[in-house]
Amino acid sequence: MAILEVENLSVSFKRYTRGFKQVKSNVISSLSVEVEEGEIMAIVGASGSGKSLLAQAILGILPRNAIVSGGIKYGGEVLTPPRQRALCGREIALVPQSVNSLDPLMRVGEQVRTSVKSGNAAAAQKEVFERYHLDANVEKMYPFQLSGGMARRVLISTAMVSGARVIIADEPTPGLDERSVAEALKHLREFADSRCAVLLITHDIESALKIADRIAVFYAGTTVEISPVENFRGNGEELWHPFSKALWRALPQNGFVPIPGSQPHPDDLPSGCLFAPRCGMASAECGEALPDMRKLRNGSVRCIHAT
Amino acid sequence: MSSLKNKRQRAILITVLAVVLLAGVVLLGFILDEEKIATHLDNRNSPPSLEHLFGTDWLGRDMFTRTMMGLSLSMGVGLAGALGSTMIAAFLGMIAATMGRAADAIVSWLIDLFLSVPHLVTLILISFSLGGGAKGIIVGIALTHWPSLSRVIRAEMMQIRSAEYVQVSRRMGRPGWWIAAKHIFPHILPQLLVGFLLMFPHAILHEAAVTFLGMGLSPHQPAIGIILSESMKYLSSGLWWLAFFPGLSLLFAVRLFDVIGGNLRLFTDPSKTHEE
Amino acid sequence: MQLEAHSLSFRYGKNPWLFKNVEFSVEPGEVVGLVGPSGFGKTTFCRILAGYEQPVEGSVTLGGNPLPVKGYHPVQLVFQHPERAVNPRWKMNKILNEAWKPDKELLDTLGIEQEWLARWPGELSGGELQRFCVARALGPETRFLIADEMTTMLDAVTQAQIWHAVLEIARQREMGIIVVSHEAKLVERLCDRVVELGRRL
Repeated sequence: MAILEVENLSVSFKRYTRGFKQVKSNVISSLSVEVEEGEIMAIVGASGSGKSLLAQAILGILPRNAIVSGGIKYGGEVLTPPRQRALCGREIALVPQSVNSLDPLMRVGEQVRTSVKSGNAAAAQKEVFERYHLDANVEKMYPFQLSGGMARRVLISTAMVSGARVIIADEPTPGLDERSVAEALKHLREFADSRCAVLLITHDIESALKIADRIAVFYAGTTVEISPVENFRGNGEELWHPFSKALWRALPQNGFVPIPGSQPHPDDLPSGCLFAPRCGMASAECGEALPDMRKLRNGSVRCIHAT
Repeated sequence: MSSLKNKRQRAILITVLAVVLLAGVVLLGFILDEEKIATHLDNRNSPPSLEHLFGTDWLGRDMFTRTMMGLSLSMGVGLAGALGSTMIAAFLGMIAATMGRAADAIVSWLIDLFLSVPHLVTLILISFSLGGGAKGIIVGIALTHWPSLSRVIRAEMMQIRSAEYVQVSRRMGRPGWWIAAKHIFPHILPQLLVGFLLMFPHAILHEAAVTFLGMGLSPHQPAIGIILSESMKYLSSGLWWLAFFPGLSLLFAVRLFDVIGGNLRLFTDPSKTHEE
Repeated sequence: MQLEAHSLSFRYGKNPWLFKNVEFSVEPGEVVGLVGPSGFGKTTFCRILAGYEQPVEGSVTLGGNPLPVKGYHPVQLVFQHPERAVNPRWKMNKILNEAWKPDKELLDTLGIEQEWLARWPGELSGGELQRFCVARALGPETRFLIADEMTTMLDAVTQAQIWHAVLEIARQREMGIIVVSHEAKLVERLCDRVVELGRRL
């Protein structure tokens, strides 16, 4: 059963351009994705593809000028703003992207303890620090005294002790060395295995591959492909969308081959398929309308040419 | 109105209206006929009418003219005081942020010292010891209103000096004065401007308060504080308009400055510029 | 002109040494990886090489001479977070041309589109901004480029684009590159040689 479902979500912003004119930019368009119980769904894509905004939309912390349509369901029920306020931080926890999210004036041990919703806070905090190789003296430190990697481990600890059922991890690993990455990922996996779910937002396909069950590939504010993790192998033959293939082949270990061009801007999206301008397979038909996600074998893809 | 479809346009319009209104008051203060505030004993204590919008007082002087002149005088005093105070704030804030630890400690101590005493009290003391009058009150305002703005400027300077892009600029060989002029000053300027505008209403209110207490401008000047304190004597005899309209006008003027400052802050704050 | 660090040591105030007596050198045209666990002072080490910090002990030399204190620094550093390395009140055009005027060819190599020049930093993605930061750091006097987690926050396609461009330019100019990254596979792909920075050297 899906714990968290996002259906046909669109998010746009009204933004001032020079002077007083406003333009509308579509940062997320008709996006659907869901996380099952016990599953890790990884969301990978370029920066600016709307990955972090998805997290903000689920948690109800989008900036005020955002215009949202479509639905988000948690446990089968629509996640309304009051429910968001009630559930976020309790049943849905965020591991934020920015290490600046720590309260600069509070000792980190205390920050972690305030997230514990039941049981012995001090014991839980000590245990989680031990798990993440944070020395006992770290709990007495202030955020500015931590290295980037340590701050990140504190953020992960905070979510882990909160007793949540869904963790949204927004880029939890950059700045961590390999051992700490492996640890952090392992704990996310254990968390998911205890009948919870993880939405792992990352640009790092490699770490996604290690622990995720399925991977959703984002491009210009929507999913272009959702596939089980085992499709990501070899030369990308089992991937269906041309952008997924390009992303896969650009990895340092898979050829390091870049494709030219860049992701379109949200206030200047192409009319049809968002990837068409950079796509080798693009035909006239691709420029007509944004293709729908359609089921293809064991996943789904948003490309009319995929077979 | 169809042309006012977003918040920023509305904010601009309101700001412009506020500026025009305040400019109008200053202008009125200058062009209104002195003759109107001469004594007209045949027309004493008349309630508000079309001819005398705010009524007349016990000497038959037109209260509207007196109020406008008073407001424009108050604004002049407020302007001079707030300007001086902003300059002190900018100077001390920059010194604290750039001249090393000792300077920072001294400035911070000064700020704390001034913040620990209610500034109306300090203002009265300074104004009184300078013998009152316009000079006393202007110097008093200038010397008492800078601490909180100074603190803001200091913090902003500290933050931007260590900003990555400023450090990058230095390593790309840009000279210190160039960085100060191109990176740091444009960052501080909006803060100063907003700080100045938001200080203005304070300065005006405090000027009026000190004058009301008899320790500010001399009774011969048509200041709002003077008008209000004189009118108090006549309130009990039913001449409500004598205090009501000048008081309301003062509040209104102060509020307008607040609106302008607030809107300006909205425009200059990059994190708020895109909201709605 | 070789870039050399001679018994470099650093600590903040009286805190424990972040690193002590580090010897390090890069040849022109060489691509060197700098790896090590987080919290071991890699970033500080890079900041010293690029003149952002002064070492507590030891010295850095370029071709045997000390690094200049004033003027354009021949060792340029590109950071992990491009959005912090640009003035948010400047348009991209001004940011790009702050120290020198990169030519059209360089912009094309880095995939910087003309249309972006008229935008504000907040309107570009991290990948787009980082291309500007790289272009800005590649002035004619740059002898060495340090990439401190330069593409860590970027997707694989953008990462590959930027690195292909940087390697190409470095080859043309005989410029040395120091790559700091946690991604072992990226370091392996890019570098001729890898140096490990640990607490006990």
